[in-house]
Order: sequence, then C-alpha cells, then structure tokens
Amino acid sequence: MTTLKVNGREHQVDAEADTPLLHVLRDDLKLNAAKYGCGLGQCGSCTVIVDGKAVLSCVVPMVLLEGKQVTTLEGLGTIAEPAPIQRAFMEEQAAQCGYCIPGMMMRAQALLQKNSKPTDEQIRAELEPHLCRCGTHMRILRAVHRAARLMDTADALPAANGSAR
Amino acid sequence: MNAPLILDRRRMLAGGGALIVSFSLGSALAQQQDAPAASAPSPPGSLKTSPYLDAWIRIDANGVEVFTGKAELGQGFKTAFQQIAADELDIAFESLKVTTADTRLTANEGYTAGSNSMKDSGTAIQNAAAQVRALLIAEAARRLDQPEANLRTENGAVIAPDGKRLPYGELVAGEMLHVQAQPTSKLKDPATFKVIGRPVPRVDIPAKVTGGEAYVQDMRLPGMLHARVVRPPSYGAQLTECDTAAVEKLPGVVKVVRDGNFLAVVAEKEFQSIKAMNALAAAAKWKETASLPKQDDLLNVLTSLPSQDTTIFERSNPAVTGQKTIEATYTRPYQAHGSIGPSCAVAQLIDGAMTVWTHTQGVFPDRQGIAEMLRMPPARVRLIHVEGSGCYGHNGADDAAADAAVIARALPGRPVRVHWTREQEHAWEPFGPAMVTKLKASLDGNGRIADWNFDVWSNTHSMRPGGAGSMLAAQHMAQPFAVPAPRPLPLPEGGGDRNAIPFYNFPNARVVHHFISAMPLRISAMRALGAYHNVFSIESFIDELAILAGADPVEFRLKHLDDQRGRDVIEKAAHAFGWKSDQKPPPDRGYGFAFARYKNLAAYCAVASEVEVNRETGRPRLIRAAAAVDSGQVVNPDGLINQIEGAIVQSMSWTLYESVTFDDTRITSIDWQTYPILRFNSVPESIEVHIIDRRGQPFLGSGETGQGPAAASIANAIANATGKRLRNLPLTRKRIKEAIDA
Repeated sequence: MTTLKVNGREHQVDAEADTPLLHVLRDDLKLNAAKYGCGLGQCGSCTVIVDGKAVLSCVVPMVLLEGKQVTTLEGLGTIAEPAPIQRAFMEEQAAQCGYCIPGMMMRAQALLQKNSKPTDEQIRAELEPHLCRCGTHMRILRAVHRAARLMDTADALPAANGSAR
Repeated sequence: MNAPLILDRRRMLAGGGALIVSFSLGSALAQQQDAPAASAPSPPGSLKTSPYLDAWIRIDANGVEVFTGKAELGQGFKTAFQQIAADELDIAFESLKVTTADTRLTANEGYTAGSNSMKDSGTAIQNAAAQVRALLIAEAARRLDQPEANLRTENGAVIAPDGKRLPYGELVAGEMLHVQAQPTSKLKDPATFKVIGRPVPRVDIPAKVTGGEAYVQDMRLPGMLHARVVRPPSYGAQLTECDTAAVEKLPGVVKVVRDGNFLAVVAEKEFQSIKAMNALAAAAKWKETASLPKQDDLLNVLTSLPSQDTTIFERSNPAVTGQKTIEATYTRPYQAHGSIGPSCAVAQLIDGAMTVWTHTQGVFPDRQGIAEMLRMPPARVRLIHVEGSGCYGHNGADDAAADAAVIARALPGRPVRVHWTREQEHAWEPFGPAMVTKLKASLDGNGRIADWNFDVWSNTHSMRPGGAGSMLAAQHMAQPFAVPAPRPLPLPEGGGDRNAIPFYNFPNARVVHHFISAMPLRISAMRALGAYHNVFSIESFIDELAILAGADPVEFRLKHLDDQRGRDVIEKAAHAFGWKSDQKPPPDRGYGFAFARYKNLAAYCAVASEVEVNRETGRPRLIRAAAAVDSGQVVNPDGLINQIEGAIVQSMSWTLYESVTFDDTRITSIDWQTYPILRFNSVPESIEVHIIDRRGQPFLGSGETGQGPAAASIANAIANATGKRLRNLPLTRKRIKEAIDA
C-alpha cells in the first residue's frame, strides 16, 4: 500500500510501485481529467500539479510521490463552482475535442500560481511541452490570459483543495 | 393508431398531394425505415433515408429528445443541432437532450464525414422539428376544437387564444410522431430565430474542463477489464512463435488472446495490461517482409504504379489560345491524423449479444464490419458512439472497436476496454494518402488563363469499414478477411479528385484523375481528402500564373471567377487582411492568398496570410491569417469560427512539418518525436475569421473547408517572402533553406 495525497485527500493505493501516477489517478482513483496521450512525456495531456509544479504523470512512478501533494483538474473546481482557470476555458470556448485541454489547464494553473501576470511569450513558452491537434491554440492562449485576469480579481473565491493554491 | 391526419393544404400541394402516414402498430424503432413513396419528392437532408419523424424527435411526458445518427467528434454540432431543434420546435434550448449515433436508437446516417453533418443531419432535424411542431398544433387544434391559425407555440407548449397551455408532452400520444416526413416543411422565418445564429456555449465543454466523464477513454463499467493489443511490427508480418506461458502468470493477467497474427492480453488493471503487453511483445517472434516503397521518391513511386485514368472534366474553346505556358509538379507525402488520445473502445458480450462503445465515425457501417468479423447477425451487435479524442477522419477508432469486440468475445460477460498505445496509433492508423499533381497552363495576350491541364495521382481516400476486411483485427486473424478492393469515391464530391476540377472559369480545361489501386501504405480518409492537396496545387499554381501575368493574386483570382458568393469571401478576406495590390511586405516576410469552395459545392473559404521566413535557418512562421467563410445559414457563429481557426492551425502544421516516414519494412514515425507537429512556439500571433451569414440558405458545413486554402495561402506567402516556389509538401525549414541557397 502506498499513501498518496491527491486533491487534499489521502488515498491508500494498492498498485505496483512502478505504476505511473497517471494510471493510479485514472484506474485506482477513478479520476478522468489526466489523459493518456503518449506515455512518453511528449504531449502533455497527462499533466497534473505536484507540490506546485506541473508534472507529466505518465512518466512519474507512483513510488516517488509519497508525501507529496498531487492536484488534478478535479481538485480545482466543479461545473457548479469552477475555478478561475476552468471558468476562463468555458468562457473562451477553448476546446474542440478537448482531450488535450485538462493537461494544458494544469500547466497554466501552475504557471499562474507562481506568476500571476505572465506575458504572452511566457505563456507560449510554458505551454511548449503540450500538443493540441484540433488547432485550438489561439483560444487556449486567450483562456490563460483570461484566467490570469480572473485570478487577479477573484482571490476571494473559495480555495481549491490540495496544494494548487 | 393515434396519428392525426394533417390537412395542411399548402403542404399537401407542395407534396403533390402525397400524405404518407404510417399505420405501423409495431415497434417504432427508428432504423426500420421504408423508402418514401416513389412518386413523392423526397424530403431534405437525411430525412431522405430515415423519413420517420420519430427517428429525429421524440416527445413524451419526460421531455423532448433530439436524435442524430452523426457522431460528435469535437466539431460542436451537438450544440448546433440543439439550437436548430429549439428554434423550430419553439422550446427552450436547455430543456432539450441530444442523443448521438447509436445503432439501437438513432437513424443510420452512414459516416460522420465530408463536412456533411449540418447538411444531412442538421437539415433533417430542422425539417423534422418543424413538421413535429405542425403535428402538435394540429393535435391541439383537434382537442381544443379551434382552427390551427388561432394557435401558436411557445416554450414547449401550444398556446390557445385564451392563454391555455398544452405542453408538448401532453399532446403526444402513441405513434403520433411515427409518420413519414413531408417533402417540404413550414420552416421558421430566419428573422424570428432566437437561438440559431447565436454563439451558444458548447454543451460538452463544462464536463471536459472539470474532469467529467467525457470520452470513451473515461468509461468505467462494473467489472471492466483492461486489454492491450500486440500489433505486428510491420504490414504483413507473420507471428511465427509466441510462448505466452510466462505472460499468463504475470500479476493481474486474465487472459492472452491469440488468433493467427492477432495477439492481445487482458488484465484486471490498466498498467498490468501494459506491462503484460510489453512482455508479450518481447516473447513474440515475427517474420517480416520488406514491402514498402522509397519514402523519398514518392513522385516516381506513385506515377509508376498502374492507374485507372479518367478524364473528369473537359472544356474547350478553340477561339482562345495561350501564348505563355508554364508547368509544375506538386507532391504530398503520407500524413497522419495524429489524434492526441490514441484509439480506444469498450466491448461486452452478454447472452450472445455484443455491445461496443466506440468513437467510430460510422456506427452502422462499423457494426456491419464487426458483425461480419464475429460471424454474428448484425442485429446481435450494437454500436454506441461515445466521444473520443479528435480524429480528423478515419483513424484507429474502428480498428480499436474491432479489437475490443474480438477480445470481449473471449471473455463473455466482462466489459473489456482496449486502449491503443501512442506507437500503435502512429504506426497503424490509416494515413492520409500521398498524392502527385501535375499542372500546365497558358496565359493569353491579355494575361488571362487560356488553358488549364490538371492531372492528379492518388489512392482512394476511404477504406472505411462496411466489410470486416477493413479492420486490422479481421485482417490479422488465422482465417483472415481480405482487405476490400479500393474504389474511387464518386464525383461530384470525389476522393483523390476532390476539388480537382477548377472552380474558376477557364475557356479550355482538362482534368484527369489517375486512380491508383495498389496501396503500399495503409490509407484512408483524412480531413478534406484529396481537396487538401488539390487546392494546395491549384491555388499555388494560380499564384505562379498571376506572377507570370504580373497581376495581383487577389485581382487575378477575381478575374477568373464568376460565382458571386466566391467573390464575396475573397473580397472579405482580402479586406480584413488589409490586402492591397501595391502592398510590400516587411523584409523576410511575405503575403499569401488562397480560396476554394469545398468540393465545389459546399462552404466557401478564403485565407490571407503573412509568413516570416528566417533566411539563415529557413524556418517559416505564420504570423497572422485572416479568413472569410460562407457556410450558408450559420447556426453557431463561434462554433464556425472555432472550426476555421482550427483548420488553419492544423493545416499549417500539415503543410510546414508533417510526413509519415518509413524504411523498406516498417513505419518509422511512431511518436511525436519522429512525427513532429506544431508546438506553441509556432502558433501565429493572430487568426481572424469573418463569417458571411446567408440567412435562410442551406447549411453547407465547415469542418473541412479551410484545409486547402490555408495550405496554399501559407505556401504563397513563403514564395512571396523568399522569391522561391516550393511544391513538395511539407514546406520544411530544410527545404526552404535549400531553396533560398539554391
């Protein structure tokens, strides 16, 4: 048994030690947001936040995460009470198929936590590890800018679980 | 039988008096279709093939449900269909539910392809909704003993003059909506639309951005097992040896499934199935054959293969003769759909009935293929569409569905989820076919195009299922199903010859389609089919001719185009971009323009672009693009803009970076490192999309209209920036650098 802290809650996970975090999140904890895209750390769709940093969950074995705080998109907010980054992606309609979007959002969230007013160049540089095949990039960029504005004005919103904020 | 007769005289006249009411008392299953009476003109859109109104709209006490046989692939049409039904039915958008492709529940609309969803299904839903509304008014008139003219509809109810409301759910009884559609409908006046034409937020986005269950990849059925397939290392490889004993003892492994060259492993947990797949792959010994052509000589490979040649267009005016002639050859490599989420499916066999949840684009044809493969009657096989990652055509979706079905058959009762690996998706998806075009044209003394010759060499652009042999699992079984013989897709839509016929008006023109049946690589439909390369070729060559004529590329196009809607999008895009005939781009930058009407019969799209080229490295970068699109009546303007923005960005990635690579035996572009696509550092500064809304005009679709114009616009801008014309896709940094240095 490995103890994992995900979205502010402790979970006892019965999985082999080398299981990548992605499969623990999806298979053991039944979380949908982190996606399998390549299993090679090449596309970014599995991105989650670990201790404030964006991490490619498909290449990090679970055993390395004991004692760390893992945050997934589910930990930020809900449809009824979306976090600023989620509101921003809804308001910009920043998705086509949407498969890559949760990973993009988590890296953007990690960026905005340490830099609340990123430049366009900084956002582009930060999102470099992420692929989108539908070509939604323009909207993704707009959504991250919008999220920065929303977070700036909405620090009063209820805090999300875990270490994300 | 409670269906009332609708004695609407206007409609009776329009329909030639043919009022068809079904007296079926049996099952109201939507897919049990009868053809409409031969004497009657057929109703519009997919009502032609699925004429019963209740195939599209069902109403009961619980509410109103809309059905489509098309599959939501991330284009957003589910929201658009809901908008259409809301307006034509006079019901709140939020109160509607839309159900997509399901062989048990929805009409058979074939494939979700060709930008046809709005035209086929959107039109059917619009007309069905209008006719259902008329039936509801007629029923209310009967019950209230009032003339129909005194009644109106509002917010899901028929309203009497005294204000009495008869909710739709109370008006519908029995088989009232199980009637065949009339040829014409009393559609709403577009001026009265409340939600059509508005940027209604997509219904699927909230779940997608909050971790909701949104994709087939997210399905978790009780007792579900995880399977992985071990694919052969190359086309045609034969499994000679595979000791499965050690794999079967691995933790969590439930079963190894082997049938000829089909090899898979099933485990309780997903990562256990991945580890077992790796062990199984190591244990498997294959005999491979070197059968692939030379990747760097596709021009000769394609033009040397036997072809079936058809002159698909010929026009002659001997009075006009050319004076200056140029010719050019353009090529396109094999390109990958490259879905971000590899293909996935879930299947379950219960009591001899197979259910498959799949992101296929065609639940009905895919069911036919799977039933044939399993040697089961199609009625015992149900396919349910569940969204997957964007597919942009025929990717691994159908193959994954077949894989899941074969594996689930070996484990009756247990749901089995199959998820392909990245490498499998890249190596085994059917690619967009390589193509060659040869063009030759002349200018007359006035700088007009006098003659035009266009030859295109291509495979078919659809090897979609229908037969089992289209699917990998069936091809790899011990008793394999043969790959069906490829066929050219018929014009006017066409396949390799899609958009090969010029939309411009040339006095002399000849277009020849060289259809190649041999398929050295596995290929099928990829967004826009042949139109991507044909429009790239035509619109690049038009620029070459404009330069020869010393004419501005936009004016030169207008000079050869009669179609007013085409002229309008060209002028709109040029104006939005700030295009001027005497323009001079900044150093190392270039301006490009291109236009097409998709399939010569669907949406119009023009794209102007500005590209910067680094002369030291050759690296091109799209700086900005301005597009104009006419897709007929617009249902959701933001959805349309999203489609065109995406088309420009994706087409730019195809055009600048992408080609499938292979040696003489294996596909070697098997991940994102070996098949690089656009990343954020190459995303443009801005993309503007301007819509010309044609209210009340037919829906023209939009998913594929941008691919060709975007490619040619960028190619023309690179030529404008460098003075060098690149004709072989992709227009890579290396090729541009070589052209600059040449």
